[in-house]
Amino acid sequence: MSAMWLAITRRDLLLARRRRVEALLPLGFFVLAAGLFPIGVSPEPQMLRQIAPGVVWVCALLAAMLSVTQMFSSDHLDGSLEQMLLAPQSLVALVAGKVLAHWLSSGLPLVLVSPLIGLMFDMDARSIGAMTASLLLGTPILSLLGAVGAALTLGLRSGAALVFLVVLPLTVPALIFGTGAVGAVAAGLSPQAHLSLLGALLIVSGLAAPLATAAALRISLE
Amino acid sequence: MNWTSWGAFFHMGGYGLYVWGAYGVTAFVLALEIVAVRRRAARARADLQHGVAE
Amino acid sequence: MKWTTYAAPSRFYALAGRLTPWCWAAAALFGLAGLWTGFAIAPTDFQQGDAYRIIFIHVPAAWMSMVIYLAMAFWAAWGWMLNARMASMYARALAPTGALFTFVALWTGAFWGKPTWGTWWVWDARLTSEFILLMLYLGYIALTEAIDDPRRSANAGALLALVGAVNIPVIYFSVKWWNTLHQGSTISVGAAPKMVATMLTAMLLMTLSFWAYSFAVAFTRARAVVLEQESEAEWVRGL
Repeated sequence: MSAMWLAITRRDLLLARRRRVEALLPLGFFVLAAGLFPIGVSPEPQMLRQIAPGVVWVCALLAAMLSVTQMFSSDHLDGSLEQMLLAPQSLVALVAGKVLAHWLSSGLPLVLVSPLIGLMFDMDARSIGAMTASLLLGTPILSLLGAVGAALTLGLRSGAALVFLVVLPLTVPALIFGTGAVGAVAAGLSPQAHLSLLGALLIVSGLAAPLATAAALRISLE
Repeated sequence: MNWTSWGAFFHMGGYGLYVWGAYGVTAFVLALEIVAVRRRAARARADLQHGVAE
Repeated sequence: MKWTTYAAPSRFYALAGRLTPWCWAAAALFGLAGLWTGFAIAPTDFQQGDAYRIIFIHVPAAWMSMVIYLAMAFWAAWGWMLNARMASMYARALAPTGALFTFVALWTGAFWGKPTWGTWWVWDARLTSEFILLMLYLGYIALTEAIDDPRRSANAGALLALVGAVNIPVIYFSVKWWNTLHQGSTISVGAAPKMVATMLTAMLLMTLSFWAYSFAVAFTRARAVVLEQESEAEWVRGL
């Protein structure tokens, strides 16, 4: 089962690498959207430092939702997704592999770029550290929850916008704990409580979301 | 009895805008739902009679 | 006679048709009783004046919004697990009413907050959670409406409703925690005045009214859904 898991991850990453530009679009969106806030709100450093964690997290949320339908759409279009459903291997494992690939290609780049955004927003080193840690724990949660939404809306005309509406409310706890971690550091406290809760969310969604996604795929394709 | 006149009732101790704004919109929205749902039911019955294809 | 006989759309259709007029009547009677108690009998609050009377629709609406979501998720899951079409149709019929009560709770909450706390919107834990609940309803409605195939639509909706139901405690906890952290800037709207017996009675009567109303509307909508989805059935043709 673990061999298949990794094989799917490797396959999806290979496919993403062949369509590099498409795979990097969410990253581009993330940087651009975050960059709009100083222009639209205020370039004053005091203000930027305050809004930075929220802005970065919301932009990460939106970027994740934009890319999440890619997990299943191309496989659905060429029929290989149905083959995967019929395969004797566990669908849950397959889903887990796809989610991992999605996170590695869409989520991890966001995490790696976020310190730069932090600098753009005049954040101090400790805050940037907390923010990056929160995104490291949070972006996999977004990929996991997004997978459920992508599976439910498979092949629908209104797919992308619908995924937003369906998944975003569920991501609110992650958003709260993620931005809360940075807020704690800004207040001189430890971000540990928030990061622990975020970690707990990650574990729970890591266990539950692939199951729900597999069920959703069966609903969508049968 | 809490109010001495209809005027006082509508005035609601100075909070008339809020109380009636809340109750008014609620009543309006519920009425809207009742109308919409009855129309939907009527349309469903009518579609059956005229044999509307799915 | 087993109650599971009403899993048959035809029998549910007939039963709902018989019950609906009684539900309308109950809604009207309880509503009038509740409004009378709330306005004519319940005293003016010492701190909030007459503005507090919004509570008589705000709290019942909030309760209904939550109860209906749970009922919707329950029936949707029932329909999915047991392949019971009628349960899925009933869940679908509940959603708009639940969303509506959520909106009413938010609207009345804002109108209560403005005179008592000075702003139209307050990001307190309950209002924020209620806002997210509205989004969950809209997501369910959008998803089920976007899927043409009735079976896929019902089952996808069921999964989403279940995921939402499981998430509600998590969301509420996180929002509550977030709210207490920001305690300085936000105050809890709907800090109810010390509840005199007559106030409680009025609130209870309005809750019963909203509940009866919900049954009436849901039954009517469910009957419409049955006619829409079961149009090929013989008993429907015979109507």
